[in-house]
Amino acid sequence: MEFLRMGGEAAYVWSAYGITLAVLLFNVWWARWTHRNALDRARAYSAETRATKKPTVRQVE
Amino acid sequence: MRLPRWFHLLGSPPFVYGWAGRLAPWLGAIAIVLLVVGAYWGLAVAPPDRVQGEVYRIIFLHPQVAYVGMMAYVVMAVSAGIGFIWRIKLAHAVAVTAAPIGASFTACALATGAIWGRPTWGTFWQWSDPRIMFETLLLFLFLSYLALRAAFDDRDKADRVSAILAVVGVVNVPIIHYSVIWWNSLHQGPTVMKLDKPSMAPEMLWPFLIMVAAFTVCFYWLLLNGLRGQIVERERDTRWVKQLVEGRKA
Repeated sequence: MEFLRMGGEAAYVWSAYGITLAVLLFNVWWARWTHRNALDRARAYSAETRATKKPTVRQVE
Repeated sequence: MRLPRWFHLLGSPPFVYGWAGRLAPWLGAIAIVLLVVGAYWGLAVAPPDRVQGEVYRIIFLHPQVAYVGMMAYVVMAVSAGIGFIWRIKLAHAVAVTAAPIGASFTACALATGAIWGRPTWGTFWQWSDPRIMFETLLLFLFLSYLALRAAFDDRDKADRVSAILAVVGVVNVPIIHYSVIWWNSLHQGPTVMKLDKPSMAPEMLWPFLIMVAAFTVCFYWLLLNGLRGQIVERERDTRWVKQLVEGRKA
């Protein structure tokens, strides 16, 4: 308990550690989220470009 | 002179994407171990400070976070510069990835500094403290870099224009570092990063340095993870990304 009280300065010490932890977690989440988003968009783009590409040889026939 | 093969491969997006994915989990594991060890040592093992009591334990956090923010800016400016001069797309991707990480760490340094300032200096914020002001400027440089990029639809143009801002703004980093030597203010002088022996007791210096290492590794872990998303985003038109995303689907 004494450890958590931090000599009566718990509000300062723990809020500083809490904010930093939150910033770290936000960055981990941000990297994952942007990566997944980029993969999703690339997948959609890949499907879209393939669907619109017409086989030119068949057209001639 | 012939450059080694791996050096050329550093410019290859699929190579870097693959290696970033392989390296990142190791950096993440090292970062978490160092963070846990450093935080435990700093919070529970290190003795209380004679003057500040327990609240000094923010010293295992605040300088490290501020330093990572500055390092992020240097990484951003150097890679943006390389991208601008040699027109290397991957270098721009690194710069863009470093920006939000640096911005969030700089904001965190300002927040933890305010929290520490209240019990020790008697104030959350001091407009006349040069280090606080230049650190705030650093945050605004990160934010203007990101805002400037967002103003362009064309990514190549955004890369080139924002690179100029990033490179010019880098002068702010040494100003932050030397601000406590050049001006007398609330911030204390250099304690660890100086030519003399660090003026910190070893039982406090050890957790301090472990946390420096922890946050440094943490930054590169986050950078590699974020870089993978940037690479996919920029290489959408290439065959390897198409194979990558279609392979995952199946």
